[in-house]
Amino acid sequence: MRLAEHLPVLPILLPLAAAMVLALISEFKRRTKITISVVSAVLQLMVAATLVVQADGVADASPAAVYLLGNWAPPFGIVLLVDRLSALMLLLTSVLALPALVFAIARWDRVGVHFYGLFQLLLVGVNGAFLTNDLFNLFVFFEIMLAASYGLLLHGSGKARVRAGLRYIAVNLVSSSIFLVGVGLIYAASGSLNMADITVATSAMSHNEYTLLQAGAAVLAVAFLVKSAVWPLNFWLPTSYGVAVAPVAAMFSIMTKVGVYSLFRLWAIVVPEENFPGLETEADWLMGLAMLTLFFASLGMLAAQDLRRMAGVSIIASTGILLAGMSLGSPNAWAAALYYLLVSTLAVGGMFLLIDLLERIRQFGADLLAVTVEAFEAEGMVLPEQEEVGVAIPAALAFLGMSFVICGILITGLPPLSGFLAKFSLLVATLNPVEGAVQWWHWLLIALVIGSGLTGVITLLRLGIRLFWVPESHARPHLRIIEAAPVAWLLSLCIVLTVAAGPVMGYLERTVATLSFPHDTARAVLDAAPVPSPEEVR
Amino acid sequence: MELVYALVVGVLCGVGVWLLLRPRTFQVVMGLSILSYGVNLFLFSMGRLSVDKAPVLLKQTADAIADYADPVPQALVLTAIVIGFAMLALFLVVMIASRGLTGTDHVDGVEEEES
Repeated sequence: MRLAEHLPVLPILLPLAAAMVLALISEFKRRTKITISVVSAVLQLMVAATLVVQADGVADASPAAVYLLGNWAPPFGIVLLVDRLSALMLLLTSVLALPALVFAIARWDRVGVHFYGLFQLLLVGVNGAFLTNDLFNLFVFFEIMLAASYGLLLHGSGKARVRAGLRYIAVNLVSSSIFLVGVGLIYAASGSLNMADITVATSAMSHNEYTLLQAGAAVLAVAFLVKSAVWPLNFWLPTSYGVAVAPVAAMFSIMTKVGVYSLFRLWAIVVPEENFPGLETEADWLMGLAMLTLFFASLGMLAAQDLRRMAGVSIIASTGILLAGMSLGSPNAWAAALYYLLVSTLAVGGMFLLIDLLERIRQFGADLLAVTVEAFEAEGMVLPEQEEVGVAIPAALAFLGMSFVICGILITGLPPLSGFLAKFSLLVATLNPVEGAVQWWHWLLIALVIGSGLTGVITLLRLGIRLFWVPESHARPHLRIIEAAPVAWLLSLCIVLTVAAGPVMGYLERTVATLSFPHDTARAVLDAAPVPSPEEVR
Repeated sequence: MELVYALVVGVLCGVGVWLLLRPRTFQVVMGLSILSYGVNLFLFSMGRLSVDKAPVLLKQTADAIADYADPVPQALVLTAIVIGFAMLALFLVVMIASRGLTGTDHVDGVEEEES
């Protein structure tokens, strides 16, 4: 048995094994739990990095690795598929999971039980959803992810969390039902659950069957759109992400991306082969939804009165931009959307961690006073006297301030950081549509993308002024390295993405080139031969 | 049979959705479970409805593949039932916690004002 052959299944097995062990260990042995979790997260990071290197080593559209679970010949068993896209998403997950975990060690793991076990289970679900090439197995991994996320959302308990959790669970249970209906319809049309098998089967389908398949895919897409928080299916998101403890909220920022990722995979199933290569299809409905999402997210940002809500709404805005890039349909737009996916996940994750640190420096009522001063400017209000000279900015506060600025620049997409590069390449792609001239709605999209950035800047400025420039002295922030490092790690990764934009974009363009030939990929998956039994070998 | 089956699925889903939109958590739980029954039945029917056909291939009667019922949706339904059951149990726990913390069984955690 060589380990390299079993690499694709490790992102699922590692956290699963860790979760099982963690469940058995007493809550009082915190140190052991931390060690196991961190080791598991670091190993996942290494495996994911190896998989990315492997995936990028393949020249054509065939997948880097096809792992047959239970050694069943496709299409009968469940198939795990590693190509550039899934490897990249695995890497993104583990890169985000590690800082969230480290951040939790500082304090948040102690507000409830079984934090580490649930965290690893969440990773099982997310990694599994990225790897699997089987529709029903995707459902199972979604459920694992959601079950863990219910537990994590309720971590710390309390009235607000339970109330938000109730709605979050209800919404997701309904969307799971929708998911099942979609899977059922697709099975009825194609007689298979293996995505590669369905992709190949579409070319030989009768018109009726194909219509049924499309209906199923549309129902399935609704379930994915609920997960990715598209308007009008996103009202659950800001509330539930806002009440979750910081490391959990940071980790949740990958969960909407799971929905978007699944849509990318679904695309390969429904779009007929003659429309490939080049993804020369524009999805009008999706584009409309994306623009509405972006519009309402912009309004939501303006209305946000605290940073948590702002961060939640900016996840919705990023979904809007992602879906818009996706439905533009050109390879450039897809590459830009994927680049934006990386940046926005890391930036919003960092933002959630940062907010938690920022909330500690504000004194109770200080922001309220700031609002009052804004509203009733100077009408006899006596501001507290301040020493104006000689107050050195504490290093911790400077760190928080700088991180806040970088985070803001990333999320709103201002130059010079990677958020800007992502939006800019998306706008360029918008102005080069796959067919025909630039339409009015292309311009509308550009206006919305820029407008969402503007409202983001306005809101962040407003909230930032209230937070940092309040006429009260700040509580002296006690910043521990274990809490500052994760934020710094996430933000510096975004800066690395800026500096290494060339190589990263190159990788993403190759990713999209692979996605442009789903039928070739599918045939390669179906050709994967099971490992011969020892008797045959003999 | 098809008509009855379709009606049952439709009625179950309809009842489920209606209950789901009610303001009491208990009604929501009932709605979710009835909806999942409807969906499970729907999933089951996706392997085509058939009477007196075995889902397991038997050696002595192996004639044509048309003589067998599709076993895949049955397996899917079983999995879906198990997952749905677990999720519903979890939802019940959260519901009870919400009742305990807020003192009301309204989904918003606050009683509506009498009008």
